Amino acid sequence: MDKQWRFYRPYRSPFDPCVPKRVKAYIVPPNQFMPFQPPGLRTFSPHEALRRGTLWPDLYSRYNPPHREEIDP
Amino acid sequence: MWIYEKKLQYPVKVSKCDPRLAKYLIEQYGGADGELAAALRYLNQRYTIPDKVIGLLTDIGTEEFAHLEMIATMVYKLTKDATPEQLREAGLGEHYADHSYALYYHNAAGHPFTITYIQAKGDPIADLYEDIAAEEKARATYQWLIDLTDDVDLQDSLRFLREREVIHSQRFREAVEILKDHEGEKKVF
Ligand SMILES: [Fe+2]
Repeated sequence: MDKQWRFYRPYRSPFDPCVPKRVKAYIVPPNQFMPFQPPGLRTFSPHEALRRGTLWPDLYSRYNPPHREEIDP
Repeated sequence: MWIYEKKLQYPVKVSKCDPRLAKYLIEQYGGADGELAAALRYLNQRYTIPDKVIGLLTDIGTEEFAHLEMIATMVYKLTKDATPEQLREAGLGEHYADHSYALYYHNAAGHPFTITYIQAKGDPIADLYEDIAAEEKARATYQWLIDLTDDVDLQDSLRFLREREVIHSQRFREAVEILKDHEGEKKVF
């Protein structure tokens, strides 16, 4: 699974009105770990960069939320 | 001044007839963290920000208008061929009553755009932190919009826009680093 995702287990009440989600997920994009972009980072090809919206693989975040079964089998 | 290029920053392809989605996408058009708010915020703040980062605000503010145009294209494509009855079923009856097929600057709940969504404090650090927060909120909005559709072509365009917010946030945080001016600190000795 995409390493940008984080998981936690929220409190579940014995009286939850709906089937509780046991695991919740949120994404932390890679920009959060780069205070200032260093020179010389690797790049996507120009075509690939135009498609993805960034030249920099290290700053690319693809939002693909995990399916419920994946995080809570 | 600006020079207009008559094409979209990234292609917008909508493959599924789903007018209801237009109601949700409009959040990024006239909502608090939408592209209009972003463009106006940055292009206004740049007059009172230190010279070193004016260009960044101009560049990103300009790009936000290109994003606004992409969102407008999505909304237009999703609504232009719908009958009033279909718009009504899609929850857009109120919109039709007031605007017919015209686009309008309001959010997904129908609240009109207000300039009070954005701030300009004139303090460079305060303004840049607002900008960083705005980018992260816009990124989150794109996530929820991607969640709300299963049209892979539309998701593709939304993913592009989301990634641009990731990069904008990165650049604004770099601007904060530049303004911290660590070398200036050393000159004290
Ligand atoms: Fe942005």
